[in-house]
Amino acid sequence: MSSSPSSGSARTIVDTGGAPILLIVAVLGALLFTAATALSQDPLFQFQGAIFIIGFLGGAAALTWGLSAGRFKQDASRYTDGVIKAGVIATMFWGAAGMLVGCIIAAQLTWPTIFYFPDYGFLNFGRIRPLHTSAVIFAFGGNALIATSFWVVQRTCKAKLFGGMTAWFVFWGYQLFILLAGLGYLMGITQGQEYAEPEWLTDLWLTIVWVAYLVVFLGTIWKRKEPHIYVANWFYLAFIVTIAILHIFNNLAVPVSLLNHRSYEVWSGVQSAMVQWWYGHNAVGFLLTAGFLAMMYYFIPKRAERPIYSYRLSIVHFWALIFIYIWAGPHHLHYTALPQWTQTLGMTFSIMLWMPSWGGMINGLMTLSGAWDKLRTDPVIRMFVASLAFYGMSTFEGPVMSIRAVNALSHYTDWGIGHVHSGALGWVGFVTFGSMYCLVPWLWKKDGLYSNKLVEWHFWIATTGILLYITAMWVSGIMEGLMWRAYTPQGFLAYSFIETVAAKHVEFMVRLLGGLMYLSGVIIMIYNLVRTLGLPSSERANHPAVALPAGLAFAGE
Amino acid sequence: MTYETVAKFAQQGGAIYFFLIFLGGCAYAFWPRNRAEFDHAARLPLDEDNGL
Repeated sequence: MSSSPSSGSARTIVDTGGAPILLIVAVLGALLFTAATALSQDPLFQFQGAIFIIGFLGGAAALTWGLSAGRFKQDASRYTDGVIKAGVIATMFWGAAGMLVGCIIAAQLTWPTIFYFPDYGFLNFGRIRPLHTSAVIFAFGGNALIATSFWVVQRTCKAKLFGGMTAWFVFWGYQLFILLAGLGYLMGITQGQEYAEPEWLTDLWLTIVWVAYLVVFLGTIWKRKEPHIYVANWFYLAFIVTIAILHIFNNLAVPVSLLNHRSYEVWSGVQSAMVQWWYGHNAVGFLLTAGFLAMMYYFIPKRAERPIYSYRLSIVHFWALIFIYIWAGPHHLHYTALPQWTQTLGMTFSIMLWMPSWGGMINGLMTLSGAWDKLRTDPVIRMFVASLAFYGMSTFEGPVMSIRAVNALSHYTDWGIGHVHSGALGWVGFVTFGSMYCLVPWLWKKDGLYSNKLVEWHFWIATTGILLYITAMWVSGIMEGLMWRAYTPQGFLAYSFIETVAAKHVEFMVRLLGGLMYLSGVIIMIYNLVRTLGLPSSERANHPAVALPAGLAFAGE
Repeated sequence: MTYETVAKFAQQGGAIYFFLIFLGGCAYAFWPRNRAEFDHAARLPLDEDNGL
């Protein structure tokens, strides 16, 4: 209290979790981008600059308000849960938005003139297809991973989140990245690499946010009170570190100028293709697999109230998975300019992935041994089990498709789309839904969900939707693959390309139906979660102060 | 030093190196003395209370 003013302000910074520093960064960022936007001659760069300015100004306004209202007071006796609540809301919002866009493009593929307006280029399939993939993978999946990792690392390390307000910077910085990427696609800003479409400026921003995320996560592990690092944290850490490396190396590019949105990649030709699919497949391996396996290793034991079936297996699972996955990328480049030995290497490692994938699936499923009755009574447990079943199915299908002879039939067809969606809708989606159904009552201190019946509805509608989706894609994929390679007795191709497209019309309608069912399930889920927030809080009932005599309770205040 | 020698070293050396690390991970997982630690670790999500 009686210290010098400088140490007083230093204490203010610590007490508010570093909010004043973030405020300075936000103001400087807004100034920097105002200058850059004013100087740039490139309308697309100015568009990105405007998003940055709005983002930084919004952040500065919120920080100023929060500081003056004393909202950022750090409470060392409680876990940092506010940012996780925000993450859960963002997960559900982006999930619904991304899946809605998926239904729109599924309709566009089915009826090419639907939602097609020649004057509005931003509604073209080519613009909104990356919007769908990025929204569901990075916005829905990414937010789910960040939110659950913040929950899991605190609970299993018995330590409060490291870095004060940095976690909030990670959250809002990530939402800004999503807006920059998604709105950028609509405007035509893309470097044309699948799942790595954002241009250099957006990539740099994500790098900063991601390093902050790594610092928060590692810092929390560093100051843990529990000596053992729980296996879920290993999977989260592998996800964070590997995504950082993949993101940086696949986006090494030289901007046309510092005031231009466009850049040119340093890799070219087959090297570019190899780095792109090294990135692309490991986005599957480390974001959509390792990160969500971390979720599985925490939420399934927690929900089933049983320890993981084999902790030893989980360690072997971890090391086997990360050592093998990183080599599987070349299976995306069969029959290309990539050297044959590299293709074979990618194929071999993809087949080897069967073992860790199924080891992990068995570990998750067997956790329920002795508690199988929960499958009947708890629809959330059923969601987890279904997610593992789809995980096992898609990790069986993937290695089969990586075999060169099978790939000759399956590559570039709808079979690939079906495979991705059995993993994305079945595994990633269901394990996330299950985790969110757990997290919402825990975070908002409720006794349970508003309605288990609605979870049942969600489960069955979504499961039926997935089955319609993937069977439709098997049929159309194998059919078009066979049509592409069909020859007439004279040695000409039997079908023109448009004939193979027309042949898939009914399957495309079934796919859209499946997608709409899956989206309906999510809307039911959001309704259920919102109603859960309206339930009376269970904290009051459990609060010991209520039972204490009035004088004692008062003294304890 | 040709491309072939570098590639051979990287490919075979890398394979051996990674395999040894993996064996190290397996040894850690199956070391009998670690059993008690893993039994404790497996209960980490279950034994937590909701405060710090």
